Amino acid sequence: MYTQALNTAESDDRALEDAAKAAQFQARIDAEERIEPNDWMPAAYRKTLTRQISQHAHSEIVGMLPEGNWITRAPTLRRKAALLAKVQDECGHGLYLYAAAETLGASREELVDAMLAGKAKYSSIFNYPTLTWADIGTIGWLVDGAAIMNQIPLCRCSYGPYARAMIRVCKEESFHQRQGYEIMLTLCRGSDEQKAMAQDALNRWWWPVLMMFGPPDAASQHSDTSTRWKIKRFSNDELRQKFVDATVPQAQYLGLSIPDPGMIQDADGHWRYSQIDWTEFKQVLAGNGPCNRDRMAARRKAHEDGAWVREAAAAYAAKRGQRQSAQAAE
Amino acid sequence: MATPNTPLWEVFIRSRNGLAHKHVGSLHASDTTMALQAARDIYTRRGEGLSIWVVPSSAITASDPAEKGMMFEPAESKIYRHPTFYEVPEEVGHM
Repeated sequence: MYTQALNTAESDDRALEDAAKAAQFQARIDAEERIEPNDWMPAAYRKTLTRQISQHAHSEIVGMLPEGNWITRAPTLRRKAALLAKVQDECGHGLYLYAAAETLGASREELVDAMLAGKAKYSSIFNYPTLTWADIGTIGWLVDGAAIMNQIPLCRCSYGPYARAMIRVCKEESFHQRQGYEIMLTLCRGSDEQKAMAQDALNRWWWPVLMMFGPPDAASQHSDTSTRWKIKRFSNDELRQKFVDATVPQAQYLGLSIPDPGMIQDADGHWRYSQIDWTEFKQVLAGNGPCNRDRMAARRKAHEDGAWVREAAAAYAAKRGQRQSAQAAE
Repeated sequence: MATPNTPLWEVFIRSRNGLAHKHVGSLHASDTTMALQAARDIYTRRGEGLSIWVVPSSAITASDPAEKGMMFEPAESKIYRHPTFYEVPEEVGHM
């Protein structure tokens, strides 16, 4: 999902820690207690969560770029206002998440610098381009839809600050998905060209959206610890299947066809999708997607262009602080 | 070059008239004015509040969760502080 790199191995340094404390910690998790910032936690739990939450935050921030691309070209003022509000929400989500990650001990600046240096990942989905207005509809409908599927169980994550941030995010995310679906519905009820544009966007986004859930369960054996720690409540494949089952009827209502001719509904009502091209996923994660370089360049430019603002704000705060202490001394 | 750190603030919001301010999260800002404006933009985009407090995180002193047993023991052991400790005959009715 927004935290795909988690499917890679995490070094196991728990052996060095107090076994009694670790057992007590696991007992708290098993009893569905929430872990709070000042509580004792295994170093690997702290490390995994810092990585997951910061990666999630980076994804929200980079996620503003593909949609921001269409703000000035939205077809009506109503659409433009809604898109602006949505992009602003993504920024807010990034900020809630950075704040949650910081409670684990990392500073905001360290986290942002790691992302700008290319050391921290963000979701693969934001490395695809938004070529037409229909892409904005598709992102809201499918990308945000997939995100909701992943984020709802995270509201019950064992780490308190992360769970609370996810509750806020989920409340706001529902508007995103509905505005996206409304754009698709309008296009599908429009001219033949508009409907074709909607179909084209679905064709391009479908497979990358399925990849958002991360590698198949068979290939990601490292999520075991995350499951035991109740950071993760469902496997990648379980969430992916839930998403597909929810989405197929929505596509049918739009009159669009999912670009997977091999897809069939099984006896239990589940829609079985064809094999996903994981080499594409690996390529995008490795930095070779269609827009990876653009996204990183845009983030670095925004950070560098904002440097004088941060410096000026800090200088002003320092000057006022000095003046106040001088007045207090008089 | 590493970016210099900006101070951390805790944000409290009064959601409705008559309710207390409640902690909603934190943010980074250089001074009080910017902290208030950022709190408005980050935490009240959908009419969540009527009033905002921002407090420098460094000004908060917290109890140690590891010592919560000792810290809250006096409250645990004094069951006579609860109304259910006292028996009132049923005939007396609700009290």
